[in-house]
Amino acid sequence: MTAAYSPKELAEMVEPARVHRRIYTDPDIFELEMSRIFSAAWVYVGHESQIKNPGDYFTARVARKPLVIVRASDGSIRALHNQCAHRGAMVVANDAGATDEFQCCYHGWTYHLDGRLKAVPLNHGYPDDFSTKNPNTAMVAVPRVQSYRGFIFLSLASEGQSLENFLGYMRTSLDDAVDRAPDGELEVAGGVFKHTYNGNWKLYLENLCDAAHPWYTHRSSIAAAQQQKDDVFSDGTGEIAIRQMRQNGAPYSFWENQVGIWTYPNGHSYLGDYHDDSKLVAALNDPVFREYHHAMEAKKGKGETQRVMEVRRWNSNIYPNMSMMSQFQQLRVIHPIAVNKTEVHTYCFKLKGAPEQMFRNTVSFANVVNGTGSLVLTDDLEIYNRVTLGLSSEGAPWIEVGRGFTSDEPDPHGGRKGKNSTSEVYIRNMFDAWRGYMLGDSGAARKQVA
Amino acid sequence: MLDKTRKTPRLPSTAIDLRPYETFLIHEARLLDEGYFDDWLALFTEDARYWVPIQPNQADPFETVSLMYDDRRLLETRVRRLSDPRIYSQEPRSRTSRTVTNVTVEPDAGEPGVTVRSKFVLVEYRREDQRLFAGTYFHRLVGEGDAMRIAMKKVELVNCDAPLDGLVVPF
Ligand code: FES
Ligand SMILES: [Fe+2]
Repeated sequence: MTAAYSPKELAEMVEPARVHRRIYTDPDIFELEMSRIFSAAWVYVGHESQIKNPGDYFTARVARKPLVIVRASDGSIRALHNQCAHRGAMVVANDAGATDEFQCCYHGWTYHLDGRLKAVPLNHGYPDDFSTKNPNTAMVAVPRVQSYRGFIFLSLASEGQSLENFLGYMRTSLDDAVDRAPDGELEVAGGVFKHTYNGNWKLYLENLCDAAHPWYTHRSSIAAAQQQKDDVFSDGTGEIAIRQMRQNGAPYSFWENQVGIWTYPNGHSYLGDYHDDSKLVAALNDPVFREYHHAMEAKKGKGETQRVMEVRRWNSNIYPNMSMMSQFQQLRVIHPIAVNKTEVHTYCFKLKGAPEQMFRNTVSFANVVNGTGSLVLTDDLEIYNRVTLGLSSEGAPWIEVGRGFTSDEPDPHGGRKGKNSTSEVYIRNMFDAWRGYMLGDSGAARKQVA
Repeated sequence: MLDKTRKTPRLPSTAIDLRPYETFLIHEARLLDEGYFDDWLALFTEDARYWVPIQPNQADPFETVSLMYDDRRLLETRVRRLSDPRIYSQEPRSRTSRTVTNVTVEPDAGEPGVTVRSKFVLVEYRREDQRLFAGTYFHRLVGEGDAMRIAMKKVELVNCDAPLDGLVVPF
């Protein structure tokens, strides 16, 4: 089968400060992305706290393929294609669970936790080479699965760069998430939001570090929160939500003078934090956070606690499928479904050893920043839908991603940073990675022009 | 998985006059369908809460996220935003139609007021797309002078854990 586009044609769709809109709308490009990006890169699938003991498993989807991620008997983490080696039925149907073997519902073949075939009913009359030892009778394992400080990534490709190289300096955002736990451990808790929109997967990552949009997109919730009287009854949850909405109202001058944006190889980036509210930022003075500081200092000492509190990041994007808020215990996983359909799953983390109330605040915060019924996120979803509608017109064929282009600067850790947070450098950086995956080049040509 | 320990529901008593509750719920549904959001808010008590869980049988709104969980303060903000002309997720506006049925009164759980259970079907139309929601309402209603007020409204959606596009109009 020949690819829908030649390397030259693909290369021509990505210019230094603009990209062709076809990249967001063409089903053939989407199929190439599934095979060249999502089936090659390291992709986040879940957290080790979801599979603490041998036999614990959860199901996941990568490049639209159903997988089961399981803690095997020897404690290792395996990822299996969720397909019976007999006649193809999906073996594991639950989202998560615990088991000592996998059994197919069709003819009862059973599998060990690592995917090897265990037993076959009516095991007679098969050809000579049929045996439970034959690798062809196993649930097929994903070639590379590795976790970094509890975060599980996998690659559907048997070869490629190591996870360490892939993450590069962006590992510091994963470090930050873990280092914030007084006991040094995170736990996924508090349920999952699943939201969908009619739009391309790239739109989601492109919005998460977009410091120029809240003032417009979120003006209805900013105004409503600013007008809210504070002496009305709150059990604490609404207060967190309203404080967060008010923070979104920071003016351009703030984003341009106080907040930065940093990008790194492989499409990763993070936006500096913009919060100055004592109930939202652990570094500021609040009774719950004071208790948290005591717990941190007791376990980690004053110096380390101070170092952790000084790390101030908003969204960290790990291209192509994950975005996290290390400072706020949130994580989002992006699932491309079709060129114009995306599903996003969002998770909260509990910091082991932190006060109970802190996690309750994390849940309230999740409701406003990631909630399907949030007063904020619903306007972001509307934007993704509207970009899709806009791109279905015959308007401009090129998408402009040039804001801040002339003032990108090198970063000491091998990346590029914007002059300030309103730069679209993180989008340009994702398209460098896109080129790298889709064309096998490093994106160097684009950087030269820059 | 089915919970084997749960209790079989009892046949509701016929001694309770349901008409005042039915009338109230029908009125509330109409206010929402026709976009009288300020009047809808006025049906709630000063310390009211409004809750749409994300999990079936969700224990509480504090340890688990919710599709919507508003204390009175956030509910006021939610309603104020609904009438902001720049609420882009309501441009164009949704049109909704709610049917409320199967009204019963829950056994006394020791909380103030009466908890009324009902079934609803909600059709939402927006931008060439029609969505169907169904589920169970629980209204804890308390008397305030002559009027009935909502102290707590809980909305259990049949598809609470489905992947959904944004939910803007309250249920
Ligand atoms: S398809 Fe699985 S046992 Fe036959
Ligand atoms: Fe936004």
